[in-house]
Amino acid sequence: MKNPEEILELIKFNFPDLEVTIDASLPVESIISIDPLNIHLVAQFLKTNPELMFDSLMSLSGVDDANGEKTKDEEGTEIITGGTLSVYYHLHSTSLKHKITLKASTNREKPGIESVENIWKTADWHEREAYDMFGIIFLNHPDLRRILMPYDWDESYPLRKDYKNPEFYHGMKVPY
Amino acid sequence: MGLLDKQFSDSNIVVAKVDDLINWARLSSIWQLGFGLACCAIEMMAASASNYDFDRFGVMPRNTPRQADAIIISGTVTLKMALRIKRLYEQMPDPKYIISMGSCANCGGPYWDHGYHVLKGVDRVIPVDVYVPGCPPRPEALFEGLLKLQEKIRNESLRKKSA
Repeated sequence: MKNPEEILELIKFNFPDLEVTIDASLPVESIISIDPLNIHLVAQFLKTNPELMFDSLMSLSGVDDANGEKTKDEEGTEIITGGTLSVYYHLHSTSLKHKITLKASTNREKPGIESVENIWKTADWHEREAYDMFGIIFLNHPDLRRILMPYDWDESYPLRKDYKNPEFYHGMKVPY
Repeated sequence: MGLLDKQFSDSNIVVAKVDDLINWARLSSIWQLGFGLACCAIEMMAASASNYDFDRFGVMPRNTPRQADAIIISGTVTLKMALRIKRLYEQMPDPKYIISMGSCANCGGPYWDHGYHVLKGVDRVIPVDVYVPGCPPRPEALFEGLLKLQEKIRNESLRKKSA
């Protein structure tokens, strides 16, 4: 069993070029931040290293950090430009019984994060959901389609903080 | 012995208006489409099961829209599902009836403001005959809705389709 600080040291030792930081000030478990374009390498390492053995991806969730510049359009709806979108990975080792939380933040305007689908199969649908709700593009994902919203939904992502519903969908009025 | 001689002795001839006869037949065997959407569907299934016994009203689930008389919209209608409901409705033969069950199907229910994926009332895509309020309605409330629908069918006329 290892605590987050020890896991961080292991990652730093094996990926010396990578910028890896830890936020231990949170009331919840410590979160390790990793570069979104190298997350699949770190994930592969975390899964296969005999001291870590993270064989289970408990959850993969998207978050709109809404930390960009907030402006209002003429109708008074808020528009966010810049800032980041994040993906949180909750990992668990069923053999060594330890847990860790990873975070990868990407540009909100042009989001791109490497897929971990070929490492944990369960990430397939989780990543499709994060794409569906936030528009996060998972690079090298084999089948990045919408999963909950209709396939022909317009280019908008409902869980973004500045989301605005369309007026009509296939001739059906959407607002109340 | 001819037919006329037996008319009163065997009493096997009923005299009625065609309207009344057809309406009686229709309202006594409303076959619903076997179709459920959300938690209301659980109550609908409870209504079909032995404790409440929907069959005593002649209602039983039919698993094809082509042989169904009524469809109970039991649950939240998402925009994705609305297109499919419309299609199911169009596949049903006339006369067809719709019971909207629960707040979600009536008007969007708890999703009325922030439900980006929810159709705010199934009556935006198909014509509803009876609305049953509740979240979800108890089987007794669904029975009330069915009795209201039967009452509506009883007053129909062949000359003019009112539902």
